[in-house]
Amino acid sequence: MTMKIDALGDSALIVNLADEISDSSGLLTRVLSTAATIERANLPGVVDVTSSYESVAVFFDLTQVEQDFEEKIRASIASAGVRVSRKRRRVEIPVCYDEEFALDLERVANHTSLTPDAIVALHSSAQYIVACIGFMPGFPFLAGLPQQLRVPRLETPRTKVSAGSVAIANAQAGVYPLESPGGWNVLGRTPLHLFRVNESPPTLLQPGDCVQFRRISRAEFDVFEQ
Amino acid sequence: MTVSVISAGFQTTVQDCGRVGLRKFGVTPGGALDPISLRLANLLVGNWDCTAGLECVSGRLRLRSHDERILAWSGGEFEVRVGEKLVPILHGARVSTDADIEILPQRGGRAWLAISGGINAPEILGSRATDLRAHFGGWEGRALRDGDELPLGVESELSARVRDEIPDNVSDWSAPRFVVPGKILRIIRGKNWDDNIGSKLLAQKFQVAMNSDRMGLRLEGGEIVPTSRRELVSEAVAPGTIQLPPSGTPVVLLQGCQTIGGYPKIAHVITVDLGYAAQLQPLNEIRFELIELEEARQLLREREHEIALFRAGLEARFG
Repeated sequence: MTMKIDALGDSALIVNLADEISDSSGLLTRVLSTAATIERANLPGVVDVTSSYESVAVFFDLTQVEQDFEEKIRASIASAGVRVSRKRRRVEIPVCYDEEFALDLERVANHTSLTPDAIVALHSSAQYIVACIGFMPGFPFLAGLPQQLRVPRLETPRTKVSAGSVAIANAQAGVYPLESPGGWNVLGRTPLHLFRVNESPPTLLQPGDCVQFRRISRAEFDVFEQ
Repeated sequence: MTVSVISAGFQTTVQDCGRVGLRKFGVTPGGALDPISLRLANLLVGNWDCTAGLECVSGRLRLRSHDERILAWSGGEFEVRVGEKLVPILHGARVSTDADIEILPQRGGRAWLAISGGINAPEILGSRATDLRAHFGGWEGRALRDGDELPLGVESELSARVRDEIPDNVSDWSAPRFVVPGKILRIIRGKNWDDNIGSKLLAQKFQVAMNSDRMGLRLEGGEIVPTSRRELVSEAVAPGTIQLPPSGTPVVLLQGCQTIGGYPKIAHVITVDLGYAAQLQPLNEIRFELIELEEARQLLREREHEIALFRAGLEARFG
């Protein structure tokens, strides 16, 4: 089995699995099962395991790891199958696409030559998979954006994007859990909280989850907010 | 058992060793930009080494303690006083009830202040560190303000014994000082290193840009033309990672950095030099020196060994 392991500084490794599997859904499954297997192995000194589209990163405390820990990581990656043990969770995210929240609907319409209604219909009918969480706490990178909705990032990022903003950029879709600067095209807003510091797990979504957006009215949005 | 913030300085935050094991939720470890400095200061006051203390950046910080405590600090070039008494770097100092504590930047950088018992801010996701970007942790998820009243934790028995042994307000023992000013950061190759980019990174002097922060140092003065304009798939980054955005100005990620990034990772500053990276200020100049991965790991093991020896020495004397 081919796997490429690189050092990520002196206290972490990054394992790339892209050469093993060519289709992206199979690759993500392989990545998630690899991350889960390494976590379950509970190797001494391993302090964090995280994954993204095609790689798994393992962070360790150098003073706690055993001499042959790299070999053990290799072994646990090799033993990880390509199946995820749990069923994919389905999460529905309500989105209000009203003008007041859809800051870039017009920009996306100009880029794609689609009507705003057609954009909303495409965005809310697609099935997405959470590839990874990152950029900020709880921010999901969603794979599965319809081809017709591929629009580049804003030329100049906004200094402030509101929490709950539902956005797209190139082949990706996402949701801003917190107010932050950002350069994605904002299509609407969800009243759901994607990052909750006092809950376990602290994020609404986990890598591997299936996500669908559902259009709601402004009135429904207000009810959710309460 | 509180300490009053009379004058909050600028971007003073509550920090500990950060949040462990939460990268998969997008939560950055964060914590003190130079965890080793904070850990040494904590050991000096009899705390567990990752107890929450204060990270000071610049501006004059003034505190008033309402309890008898011990204080120690480490980091850059600061003048620290308890009352009139000057407290040298990496020494323990007695703080009597209602004494004023003052931290004044000289040439500055960053300093970490430990108080026996620690800052007892609420623990969120396993840590008391302030995440300024996501606005949680520390004291109300923000930098300190004038008038804040910070609760202190309960002192350890070790702290009480250490305090009794401090002869004339300041200890006659000290912790080893690891962060010495220099102009070189040692690096190891990153996965997107190539000899062309590498030779440019090593041949030039860079200047720390004004828009540097706890997430990263942006470096100007020597643009490096990226070999490939291909967008990479986003993946994990780490404190120390040197990313090369298309602009050609490298960014050295620091402890407050995000969890994943899509720019090429050309190199990594070694962990033992991150304490010095945390001292760099806008307009400071910096060079890089390449070493091998095994040497970087060896240096880190030696550093941790020295810290363990210091801790064992303190415990043998006061434990």
